[in-house]
Amino acid sequence: MNDVIKGKVFVLGDDIDTDQIIPAEHLVYSLEKEDEKRYYGRYSLSGVPDDQSGLPQGGIPFTPQDKFESEFTVIVAGKNFGCGSSREHAPFSLQVAGAKAVIASSYARIFYRNAVDGGFVIPYESFDDIRAEFSTYDEVEISKELNTVTNLTTGKTFPLRSLGDVADIIEAGGIFEYARKSGMIS
Amino acid sequence: MTLTEKILARAAKRASVNPGENVWVDVDILLTHDVCGPPTIGIFKKQFGQDAKVWDKDKVVIIPDHYIFTADKYANRNIDILRDFAKEQDLPHYYDVGTDRYKGVCHAAMPEEGFTRPGQVLFGTDSHTCTAGAFGQFATGIGNTDAAFILGTGKLWVKVPPTMKFIFEGEIPPYIMAKDLILQIIGDIGVDGATYRAMEFAGDGVMNMDMEGRMTLTNMVIEGGGKNGVIEPDQTTLDYVNARTTAPFEPLFNDPDAVYHSVRVYDSAKLEPMVAKPHSPDNKATVREVQKTALDRAYIGSCTGGKLSDFVAAAQIINGNELRIPTYIVPATTLIKEQLKTETIDGRTLWDIFEQAGCHMGEASCAACLGGPSDTFGRLNGAEVCISTTNRNFPGRMGSKQSAVYLASPYTVAASAVQGTIADPRDYLPVTV
Repeated sequence: MNDVIKGKVFVLGDDIDTDQIIPAEHLVYSLEKEDEKRYYGRYSLSGVPDDQSGLPQGGIPFTPQDKFESEFTVIVAGKNFGCGSSREHAPFSLQVAGAKAVIASSYARIFYRNAVDGGFVIPYESFDDIRAEFSTYDEVEISKELNTVTNLTTGKTFPLRSLGDVADIIEAGGIFEYARKSGMIS
Repeated sequence: MTLTEKILARAAKRASVNPGENVWVDVDILLTHDVCGPPTIGIFKKQFGQDAKVWDKDKVVIIPDHYIFTADKYANRNIDILRDFAKEQDLPHYYDVGTDRYKGVCHAAMPEEGFTRPGQVLFGTDSHTCTAGAFGQFATGIGNTDAAFILGTGKLWVKVPPTMKFIFEGEIPPYIMAKDLILQIIGDIGVDGATYRAMEFAGDGVMNMDMEGRMTLTNMVIEGGGKNGVIEPDQTTLDYVNARTTAPFEPLFNDPDAVYHSVRVYDSAKLEPMVAKPHSPDNKATVREVQKTALDRAYIGSCTGGKLSDFVAAAQIINGNELRIPTYIVPATTLIKEQLKTETIDGRTLWDIFEQAGCHMGEASCAACLGGPSDTFGRLNGAEVCISTTNRNFPGRMGSKQSAVYLASPYTVAASAVQGTIADPRDYLPVTV
């Protein structure tokens, strides 16, 4: 896999639940058909209250209203990211919008598992709450090899927790790819 | 080992397991519904082939419940996908919309149909699958990819959770309901206070509850971040399950030397009617602290707050009173809807009590608990403030981002419907308590 994830950062608060990531009214679209699936990109993070969307200034939509893709590649958030429902549509919507990784100080269990097993976005954990060091639109770079994130706008680098047990599943691209590689399924 | 550890050890064919270990377990039941079923089926076919068969058709349960009574063409298309799959795979446990078999909310229907069996492992594509832990089952929510993996293999990996124990000592006061207990706990530990952990409920305050009360506790462990909720099975559990299934199961119990992550003890007599204020289930307050807060609507329904005992409680307060705000009644299942028409208080059915008080009566489904398509019954489409017996109040959960939701017990919601502002059930219960 590529050693680096580089792009613009989108900053959020604590306890971003799956209804904020993809509101329930949009869960009707097919996740396979291209003409429907793109709506998950359009409505990704559309449930976040406006003043909390794109911190610190707020009022920034993750995906512009008339678009299906976001210009943001990395999301930085606080604790308990992805809490609430088990909908896999949540990490899926972030991927469809174009996000590659989330950095949060902690995750809700099911979101974390879905992100990994479905191979949608890489869920990195920061050691501390590093949100104050990032402003939405800053350019950032994640080094997968060093487990660090650098804010290229400010030049500061922060360590990330090792992916640990799940690194092999992420490397494989998801639980099916991992199970095939390890001979568990054919 | 704890009850949760023992279930996972047996399902992993191991003598013992330790918290933090990853183990592969055999799955007894896989549950899915109309929102996550279609994408699960899509992944299953992509990964195992268009002609692949599920690993064990008697272990797959499909209960459409989320977006049922809507004109949304995509939602209705998703029901068609479930119907076609059930037919193609010859699945015996599919509960089709528009037929006598239709049930309503899956977590309330699972016990009715005898799928919540003590000692077994249940995975479901819905976070409130944890409800079934009330029966001493290991039950937790998963995503579509994991569910598709189970459909093909009958197995899944899980990390063994350490167990947090919550003990309620002494008799629960008559104005307190299970919802007050769980809102108190979530307020105490926070919405991530049990992340990666099991939450076990115990003590005579819990064991004296009927199964519906116990289900209200385990239903909301996910609101504390918990992986599963669990209650040791007892005679109440066995009587309930044995009346609804002849399938074999073997209950498991905590070992006397089980090691817990933590133990919290509550004095039941000191419990207060609670609410979770907008916009988080851990934003706790006593009802007394927020009483007379202005409201636009009351809502009684969902897997956690739309069971028969929830409506009996609400009817005790609503009976003979006028309501000052629009009040919505949504039975969780079709069976509960029937029971509303036969269960009586003072010679009147619950249905009549609600209808004559002017309540809006809905059909069994998830309805407005999670917002849903814009034509969903009871959905908050504007800046309304609602008090609800449901389980989540994150921003926009019941519809509009401008709406606000207070979570409370059926007693408190009913008292608030009568008063028109947030009200303490002690001021409205017909008997002096």
